[in-house]
Amino acid sequence: MTTTGWAPKTELETESLVKPAAQRKGRLPSFVPPLVVATAVLAVWYLISYVFLDQTRRFLLPPPHEIFTGAIFVPDSLADIGLATLRTTIVALIGLLIAIVLGVAWAVAMSQARWLETSLFPYAVILQCIPILALVPLIGFWFGFEYPARVIVCVMIALFPMVSNTLFGIQSVDAGQRELFRLHGAARWTVLRKLEFPNALPAIFAGMRISAGLAVVGAIVGDFFFRRGEPGLGALISNYQAQIQSEELFAAILAASLLGIVIFAAFGWLSRAAVGAWYESSGR
Amino acid sequence: MSLQTAEPVIGATTSTSRIVGFSSVEMKYPDGTIALSGVDLDVAPGEFVSVVGPSGCGKSTLLRLASGLEHASSGEVDVATDRIGYVFQDATLLPWRSVERNVELLAELHGVPSAERKAKARAAIALTALTGFEKHLPKQLSGGMKMRTSLARALTLDPELFLFDEPFGALDEITRERLNDELIRLFAERRFAGLFITHSVSEAVYLSTRVVVMSGRPGGIVAEFDVPFPMPRDPEIRYSAEFAALTGEVHHALRKGYSA
Repeated sequence: MTTTGWAPKTELETESLVKPAAQRKGRLPSFVPPLVVATAVLAVWYLISYVFLDQTRRFLLPPPHEIFTGAIFVPDSLADIGLATLRTTIVALIGLLIAIVLGVAWAVAMSQARWLETSLFPYAVILQCIPILALVPLIGFWFGFEYPARVIVCVMIALFPMVSNTLFGIQSVDAGQRELFRLHGAARWTVLRKLEFPNALPAIFAGMRISAGLAVVGAIVGDFFFRRGEPGLGALISNYQAQIQSEELFAAILAASLLGIVIFAAFGWLSRAAVGAWYESSGR
Repeated sequence: MSLQTAEPVIGATTSTSRIVGFSSVEMKYPDGTIALSGVDLDVAPGEFVSVVGPSGCGKSTLLRLASGLEHASSGEVDVATDRIGYVFQDATLLPWRSVERNVELLAELHGVPSAERKAKARAAIALTALTGFEKHLPKQLSGGMKMRTSLARALTLDPELFLFDEPFGALDEITRERLNDELIRLFAERRFAGLFITHSVSEAVYLSTRVVVMSGRPGGIVAEFDVPFPMPRDPEIRYSAEFAALTGEVHHALRKGYSA
């Protein structure tokens, strides 16, 4: 009937020229709405601290500024929290590094033979399904309550996303590209190095972002339970809780949150730097 | 002496000079579908043979057999060279590699030393009019440019046999016609043997020295036409009466193949 839907150019010719209309005139800058939310949350917070809690119970939710005046601006507390954050960061990064290496190796092994995948993948899933908190006492039992045990908790919690993402990345290689390599007699190792691994990189980086967040959780959880050795954020949080030092407790929680955010953002940046040039992500 | 009466016919081939030959080839898949049946086809050096046929008639299977990606269930496929260029329906470029590095890929897989590889890539890039785009990534290229890159990549191996699997099917008509002309220029220069799969009858006639028509499932050859126009083709030939007559005949054969 009508031919109005017919376009003279193919999609292929016009691609990458069209950018989403991100900023239209007359709209608020994108940082305004979150700022409004933050203000609202702070308002409710103050309301609860000063109106709903009386003087004796105010330690349950000290007003936000007291977290600064009572902990962050106190040199001793700040030093404690800073040092603990640093230790937790190191544990998390070591755990993450091990999880990345192990996870990628595990996935590469599985991608090389069907029987390896069917024998090994269930265990990756099981590892993911076991509640890590249930295993923590056992890990302490076996590996002691110090540094190595904390790292092991990190690795266990951060491993699965690396395994599953790497495997997905390798298996999502385009069939035509596989045939091209096969046609020109590429050895398995060449296919892995020149096709499968680069193809998996975006998925590997996405996995790293997830695992990085989990590694921070693992480091804090491990530390929370294994109280021997130098205290990290988990031990510190546990102490502050026991001694009802609520300003310090909130400051430590804030530090833990910031650590998580910074590590997540850092891996996001790393991912864009490494594969952003060629990889067309659907988001962002 | 008197036995040699038959003059060789232009376009006809003998089994000694063919670069690829199919003889009573049948292709049956494990699920029972017969993709090809009783296919006899020879392509000689310097010949450019197009295959047209309905969707799913096993045209692409011919290329997969010729390249060794698949093996015939019965009959024989002889290929007299190992320098085969295969141009897929998709450009199959590696998105993380620049045009230049994509073009170098095959030579790299064949272990060609770096300096020679780069020289070959440079030459192929010039030949496909990609100069100036060496550092571009595939996502920055149009569909036509991607196909050129794919073509350049195959050219680095200096193939004696070129297999094309509907390479221009996804392109708009103007880009397709331009790439047709460039392919003809390449063919006239390099004189490789070509086996070209397409849906488009006019593309088949315009590009080829011979057009083969296939029937629907199971795919078999129902007609062959020699294309008499001289190489390299004059683009204006598309609008001539002879061209129209020939494409008409191919169309008729194709329609008969459908009902068969």
